[in-house]
Amino acid sequence: MKLVKIVALMMCLSLLPAGLAFAGKDLDAVKKKGFIQAGVNGGVFGFGMPDEKGVWKGLDVDTARAIAAAIFGDASKVKFTPLTAQQRFTALQSGEIDVLTRNATRTLTRETQLGLNFVHVNYYDGQGFLVPKKLGVKSAKELDGATVCVLPGTTTEQNAADFFRSNNMKWKPVVIENTTELAKTFFAGRCDVLTSDASQLAGTRAVAPNPKDYVILPEIISKEPLAPAVRHGDDQFRDIVDFSVLAMINAEELGINSKNVDQMLKSKNPAIKRFLGVIPGNGKALGLDEKWAYNIIKQVGNYGEVFDRNVGPKTTLGLERGLNALWTNGGLMYSPPFK
Amino acid sequence: MSNEPKATPDITSSTVPFWRNPEKRGVIFQIAVLLLVLGIGYVLFSNTQANLKRQSIATGFSFLHNEAGFEIGESVIDYSAADTYARALLAGALNTLKVSFIGIILTTLLGVVVGIARLSHNWIVSRLAGGFIEVMQNIPVLLQLFFWYSIFYEAFPAPRQALNPLPGVFLCNRGLIFAVPEAHPAHTPMLWALVAAVILWWLLARWARKRQDLTGQIFPVVRSGLGLCLLLPALVWLAYGAPTAMDIPVLRGFNFRGGMAVTPEFSALLIGLVLYTSAFVAEIVRAGIQSVSRGQIEAAMSIGLRPGQVLHLVVLPQALRVIIPPLTSQMLNLTKNSSLAIAIGFADFVSVANTTINQTGQAIEGVALIMAVYLFFSLSTSFFMNWYNKKMAIVER
Repeated sequence: MKLVKIVALMMCLSLLPAGLAFAGKDLDAVKKKGFIQAGVNGGVFGFGMPDEKGVWKGLDVDTARAIAAAIFGDASKVKFTPLTAQQRFTALQSGEIDVLTRNATRTLTRETQLGLNFVHVNYYDGQGFLVPKKLGVKSAKELDGATVCVLPGTTTEQNAADFFRSNNMKWKPVVIENTTELAKTFFAGRCDVLTSDASQLAGTRAVAPNPKDYVILPEIISKEPLAPAVRHGDDQFRDIVDFSVLAMINAEELGINSKNVDQMLKSKNPAIKRFLGVIPGNGKALGLDEKWAYNIIKQVGNYGEVFDRNVGPKTTLGLERGLNALWTNGGLMYSPPFK
Repeated sequence: MSNEPKATPDITSSTVPFWRNPEKRGVIFQIAVLLLVLGIGYVLFSNTQANLKRQSIATGFSFLHNEAGFEIGESVIDYSAADTYARALLAGALNTLKVSFIGIILTTLLGVVVGIARLSHNWIVSRLAGGFIEVMQNIPVLLQLFFWYSIFYEAFPAPRQALNPLPGVFLCNRGLIFAVPEAHPAHTPMLWALVAAVILWWLLARWARKRQDLTGQIFPVVRSGLGLCLLLPALVWLAYGAPTAMDIPVLRGFNFRGGMAVTPEFSALLIGLVLYTSAFVAEIVRAGIQSVSRGQIEAAMSIGLRPGQVLHLVVLPQALRVIIPPLTSQMLNLTKNSSLAIAIGFADFVSVANTTINQTGQAIEGVALIMAVYLFFSLSTSFFMNWYNKKMAIVER
């Protein structure tokens, strides 16, 4: 129950002696316990959800695995905590998790007032609308008077309010905390529309009783840069999380993937040599093993591989790369130099 | 007399040191404890502040004046996303109040009926009541909420195929939508007429009691009171020319416009809470009635009271002494359990407060507000019930 978590946060904040509690200790604490505690979505197909065998699958899940591979050289040294939209930031603030990889939108207030640091975006998204085909709606502008299913405590909830307000349309929200329960309610027809990030809508449609009966409307009403987040106060840990995400993007740029990474160790290209730790330096700068990037790519894969495996055109979600293509292919994925 | 030595005060003030004086010692200890509590409070507060500051989490209540920017599905007062967090929280608090208030009344009624049925001499009635209690008590309330909610959205058709059992009444997965009289100037005086009827009822009851004490004659207070409540507003309505215009719900676009709606979220929460809590109330009522000794009932029957009168005049007044304290705690339980509303999408106070916490990141302030609101609800419930308990206590003559 989330109240328990909030109370736990208050206990942490009030009982820990000031000055001792958090400063620069996140990485040490993670190394000491030997694994990363990652907060993920428990019910969004393609981003964070356990499969039939209980193995966690998804883009965000793989991002957390990449961080574990960077720190421990072992992508399996990660434990997942499924969190609802309402619980996620409190869980991070209170130290219940070390890193949040749970399709959270980076915003100004979250970055400042919540005491969090977001790192590089691992999925560029935007908010859309999912409707049953039989309603005959062709555009979100026709949704005046609609009942809309939405998750509480999300940017989505506010964007929807903004969208309907700015278009002078009335609407009724149905706000249910649990993603699965919300989807069930929508499929049963309690709401006319389900609104969320377009990627989540694709994930929800993929698990619909009959996916062909639903259509995502053309309007994308917001920018939703989804990024992992850590607490304020440990810059080194933040850097590691940031560059773990970037390493996957950089590897794709350099043409390195999980299959060819061993041959790439023999490459003559200095950028590749630096990246894979053949020329040392990057690892030491981050306070990690020089093989950190090699371990990420070997065990988890580059960004393209992770994308294709979890959400890409060949999966049930069938998402195109779009904004998430490399900058060299007209997308927004761009990594600073690894030097 | 005048030169008698003032022995006692002299001893205390001069020969007994202040730490041996129980009164002064008491005061000193009180002060010490108070200082200790304040000290701990200060340490907790300043520590929290320092830790929040280092994590750069915002603090303070100024966020209450900011625009909330999220919609609330249903609310007793007018609310839109353009209103402040303070108003959003007020809307949530009123939703909690609404569901708790109606829930407590229905729970008490149903609980008393089932509790009495449990003791019925009719085998089937008492077993049915027993079965109801067992089932309702042993299924977690959250599951019951999911169950009732799914009935609403699974069993009823979409608005376009809404059931229309009576003219102006529609039943679909958006809830129960029904026609209400169109706004008319007669409505306010009708409300006042109803208030007047209730006051008259109360006066009538007093007069009837007095008359019964004097003459032994019984006056049908309840029937005439209910009659008054119908008659007076009806007279006012006629005086205004009997307006009959109705605000009839019509299907337009996605949903019904006009009329009034009871949403599935509210109904599911209310039904779930009432059924769950009434099972506990029924057991309390049963225990209370069984605590009245058999001799009382036999004595009442031997003077020729009918079973209803035995229950109403002899058994319940005595049983209530046993019933009221645990009943109060069940009422508080119902209020607290209403915070499960977020699971089925009803915007109660906790749900709105959680969204606020999530958007402003100010968990400590949010939780403080939640605690304050529930403390207020709980204290006012138990205040009222204690007053009622005192009133019901057997007056010794």
